[in-house]
Amino acid sequence: MATYQNIFTQVQIRGPAHHGTPLKGGMWGTRSGTPVMSYWLGKIGDAQVGPIYLGGLGVASLICGFIAIEIIGLNMWASVGWDPVQFVRLLPWLALEPPSPEYGLSIPPLNEGGWWLMAGFFLTASILLWWARMYRRARALGMGTHVAWAFAAAIWLYLVLGFIRPLLMGSWGEAVPFGIFPHLDWTAAFSIRYGNLFYNPFHMLSIAFLYGSALLFAMHGATILATDRFGSHREVEQIVDRGTAAERGALFWRWTMGFNATMESIHRWAWWFAVLCPLTGGIGILITGTVVDNWYLWGLDHGLVPPYPDSGAGGDPALMGAVSK
Amino acid sequence: MNSPLNLKMILGLLAAVVIGGCERPPMETQQTGYRGTGMDQITNPRLAVELPAIPEAPPPMSQEGPRAGDLLENVQVLGDLSITEFTRTMTAITAWVSPEEGCNYCHVPTDLASDELYTKVVSRRMLQMTRDLANNYGNHVGQTGVTCYTCHRGQPVPAAIWFADNSEAGASAFAGNRNGQNLPAESVAYAALPSDPFSTLLTAAGDTDPIRVLSTDYTPSDGGATIQSTEKTYGLMMHMSQALGVNCTFCHQTASFGDWKDSTPQRTTAYHGIGMVQHLNQEYLDPLVSVFPANRLGSAGDAPKVNCETCHGGLNKPLNGAQMAGEFPAFQAQ
Repeated sequence: MATYQNIFTQVQIRGPAHHGTPLKGGMWGTRSGTPVMSYWLGKIGDAQVGPIYLGGLGVASLICGFIAIEIIGLNMWASVGWDPVQFVRLLPWLALEPPSPEYGLSIPPLNEGGWWLMAGFFLTASILLWWARMYRRARALGMGTHVAWAFAAAIWLYLVLGFIRPLLMGSWGEAVPFGIFPHLDWTAAFSIRYGNLFYNPFHMLSIAFLYGSALLFAMHGATILATDRFGSHREVEQIVDRGTAAERGALFWRWTMGFNATMESIHRWAWWFAVLCPLTGGIGILITGTVVDNWYLWGLDHGLVPPYPDSGAGGDPALMGAVSK
Repeated sequence: MNSPLNLKMILGLLAAVVIGGCERPPMETQQTGYRGTGMDQITNPRLAVELPAIPEAPPPMSQEGPRAGDLLENVQVLGDLSITEFTRTMTAITAWVSPEEGCNYCHVPTDLASDELYTKVVSRRMLQMTRDLANNYGNHVGQTGVTCYTCHRGQPVPAAIWFADNSEAGASAFAGNRNGQNLPAESVAYAALPSDPFSTLLTAAGDTDPIRVLSTDYTPSDGGATIQSTEKTYGLMMHMSQALGVNCTFCHQTASFGDWKDSTPQRTTAYHGIGMVQHLNQEYLDPLVSVFPANRLGSAGDAPKVNCETCHGGLNKPLNGAQMAGEFPAFQAQ
């Protein structure tokens, strides 16, 4: 009998490959590829790989994504003079930059941010097409569309950063560069420019939901694994037909923290925490620079910033007539 | 059964690569501000800047007697020194700036008064510059003052100078525009930030406004700093941190980088330093572009200029605060 008392996956089901439910026709109405079994993938997920269904939306999304990655990658490569060694070596530093602020919301020349706009367009198209594909696949399987709406929350944050907020600020230059270190530098600069994002209440909420998601994920995963010997792997059935696994898990949490979720509500907790993380984060970004320009000063005015003793700089020298000459 | 072992080896190697980029503990830490505000300085004692021995000052000379300007020709800056002190100062300057090249690095041996060598013209301007510093920038250089050695440290050209970034000139006009950033530039401590924050921020004398990106009111108004100009300020701050060998919290309380009440006294000193460097670049270094030969100029054809590192060289007090100027009337406030 399989044991679940291990933190790594112990069970690999090996049977005839499952080809999936029948598809309703259409131009792309077949799945492609013969399923294969992978021992190593079975260690972290299902051992069966394929068949794959891309469909019209999937193909369109991949094409748009490919174009976006090509524009970004080739611009990065061009920025090191087409040197393949430097491209690999310096990759974390390289980026495709948005237009300079002088261009506002106009369409700049290709090498002055035009490539960035184009890459952004295709990346956005790719993501939105992939969202539609998720929605359609869920419907095709008779599922709810929870996954698609959770993905939409992430897309909201992405659109706020790269499209909606730059529109409101009147400049593409406010958007994020496509690059590894450069987008992190952008993030730090964003917080510096707007007086410390940690004093932004929506940023606070977003962090709470982010860490909360991780915590809930760990609590739920641990609870299910720990009660599996009593049947908790039938957790969905136990939503309406509570068995000893659900009861023991519930009792455990009531003993340790006085309150417990149920087999149903824990999944709603997890879904809402995950969705609220980018949702609140997006609101926080959206109102930064458009509604609030300096979160530290806002925090001072709203009793959020603790008063500390004066640390001795003696005030702004520029305001004290101290000419540095 | 081989594969798990290989996996472990690969993981071990990966870990070694990742950890190999770190500095080993222990670090020295010092709390410098109110508890809970993260005000501390973290230094790695194994990475301390090692200073070469500072040249000893020549023995003191009489300040009495005839003035150098009366006895010698073409002495435009140090003419008010006694002839003995003048000679002593020249000897010291040679040891500080051109110990190997000697007097003839600046002087024509047969005619010491001649301005034929460009180095002499530059030196004169630099002496005027140090005098300006002693007279007008006590708010940054304090009692320590500045001598030639502060920047030159035995080299005719100081180790840390900067030129306008011209690396993208002539690059492809079709793709790959880096917008002056996105390479590991030493000038900004290897961040992907704009590698030349100096051209815009350290050349406009007396105007520190482009460095300030934070609003003084939390309601947005037109003309606030853009994210891209913020990245320049950020780059300049990375430079300062690296040039002084200090963390951000040497000057700033990170709850608000802009707030002066929570900043340390060092930030006020640094503020005056920025104004000083802007003044020096605009008044002294930039105009020397017509004096320098082409091989001393940058790729954009500009004169070598100074930033924080030129004097500080990785130390929050240049030369660890050695009081060299005090031994030379030429480098004291007049």
